[in-house]
Amino acid sequence: MGFFNTVYKIITTYWKQLLIGVGNTMLIALVSTIVGLLIGILVGIYRTLPPARNGFVRVLQKIGDVLLAIYIEVFRSTPMMVQSMVIYWGYAFMSGGKTLPLLPAALFIVSINTGAYISEIVRGGIISIDKGQFEGAQAIGMTHWQTMTKVVVPQVLRNILPAVGNEFVINIKDTSVLNVIGVVELFYQATVISKFTWATFETYAVVCVLYFVMTFTITLILRRIEKAMEGKAHFDLVEAPSKEAM
Amino acid sequence: MYKVFQITNLKKDFGANQVLKGINLTVNAGEVISVIGSSGSGKSTFLRCLNLLEKPTDGKIVFGDVVQSSAETIVVSNCNVLDAAFDVTKYRSKVGMVFQSFNLFNNMNVLKNCMVGQCKVLGRSKEEAKANAIKYLQLVGMDKYVNARPRHLSGGQKQRVAIARALAMDPQVLLFDEPTSALDPEMVGEVLDVMTTLAKSGRTMIVVTHEMGFARDVSTRVVFMDQGVIAEEGDPQQIFTNPQQERTKQFLSRVL
Ligand SMILES: Nc1ncnc2c1ncn2[C@@H]1O[C@H](COP(=O)(O)OP(=O)(O)OP(=O)(O)O)[C@@H](O)[C@H]1O
Ligand SMILES: [Mg+2]
Repeated sequence: MGFFNTVYKIITTYWKQLLIGVGNTMLIALVSTIVGLLIGILVGIYRTLPPARNGFVRVLQKIGDVLLAIYIEVFRSTPMMVQSMVIYWGYAFMSGGKTLPLLPAALFIVSINTGAYISEIVRGGIISIDKGQFEGAQAIGMTHWQTMTKVVVPQVLRNILPAVGNEFVINIKDTSVLNVIGVVELFYQATVISKFTWATFETYAVVCVLYFVMTFTITLILRRIEKAMEGKAHFDLVEAPSKEAM
Repeated sequence: MYKVFQITNLKKDFGANQVLKGINLTVNAGEVISVIGSSGSGKSTFLRCLNLLEKPTDGKIVFGDVVQSSAETIVVSNCNVLDAAFDVTKYRSKVGMVFQSFNLFNNMNVLKNCMVGQCKVLGRSKEEAKANAIKYLQLVGMDKYVNARPRHLSGGQKQRVAIARALAMDPQVLLFDEPTSALDPEMVGEVLDVMTTLAKSGRTMIVVTHEMGFARDVSTRVVFMDQGVIAEEGDPQQIFTNPQQERTKQFLSRVL
């Protein structure tokens, strides 16, 4: 009886704290995945730019390429826990003691971290698109931006959705490392609650279930979206569509 | 009658491999030019150089840009396509291209395929673009399929939509790169029929093809390419019945 009693007590006493933890974790994971996806798409569009005709612009373009490569490699090659410490305390160091507000700092850290990963996912997605799709668009006079945003990226998005969903799920779990800078996400709440209750196992068991419910719900929702993006398996013939057009 | 293309000494290298070795060709408005020749002779490369999908290494392409046209007069401005300041995207919208592999946009239905260029590149309104798209889809007999995605269509249907997509931009000239080579034999006819209709209506067309029947019966001029140069050109009758060059004779004896 002891275990369930304690769990019941934890939930009824600390439901507010747990809810705040769940809310912040979801908020950080959701916003960061979306921002990371935007970063990834923009990086992908930039990196597939055809070389500029103007020599000076071409050099700038090349420098941009190198900077992006550094960004991606640095963030993929270091743990997010270390990144958050370096960014958070780095800012405090540079600004002479002022610290970043926690939630914006968390959103920033997880977003650029996710952006680095998704950039690589998008790059793979762009490579896998048939060259004919680019040429078809170029041949009717579309610019690189139009080609990418109207033709290529929509197809890439459909292909990479499972991988991006995976990043989302990873983010839900990995926001827990932000507790090192004191962000009030679910894991942080767990450490606080367990200090009050001394029921470490029971507290983390509750949190464990909460994490699972979050990630599993997201997984189910993403499956739905994937299905919807596949589009209809059939189409309907249209009789005399010219009238409709008038 | 104005000159759509004046091509002089056009060259293209891929590294050490010189694929085009100096092409000279003038294309008049209303001409239907068939480009024939064996595999690897540089036909596709030539076509792709014309709309700058490949960047020529050397030479000159002068495009006769129609800036104003009415029933009586046509005002043409000749511009050098390879000029550094030349507006490539605008130019491409005036030079339609039909590919062997169709290259329809997989994320759009048939109607959107034929509208997106008009809206985004030419800045036409949705209504205008739709009406124009449907006009050309009717011409190629695909107007019932506006809601279909490319994956729903057969090869011949895809190619007809691709032709409508190119036409919807109201280009001055159409380039075809072996438009029927990826098709099952029974679908070749439906695409050639559409192309014949276009040719008869006075469109300027450059058609790379292995369809000797089309080259002989529909085109106004035949260009035979061999190893990166134009080995022989002339009207279809002359090329097919009385070729002058030894290599033309050899090629024709192999394909006819
Ligand atoms: N991107 C490229 N890089 C290197 N070589 C190329 C490239 N594109 C074409 N080539 C070469 O140029 C030559 C001519 O190719 P092209 O595709 O123009 O021939 P083609 O006449 O169209 O042949 P086919 O009838 O088979 O289509 C070939 O030897 C080919 O290998
Ligand atoms: Mg070819």
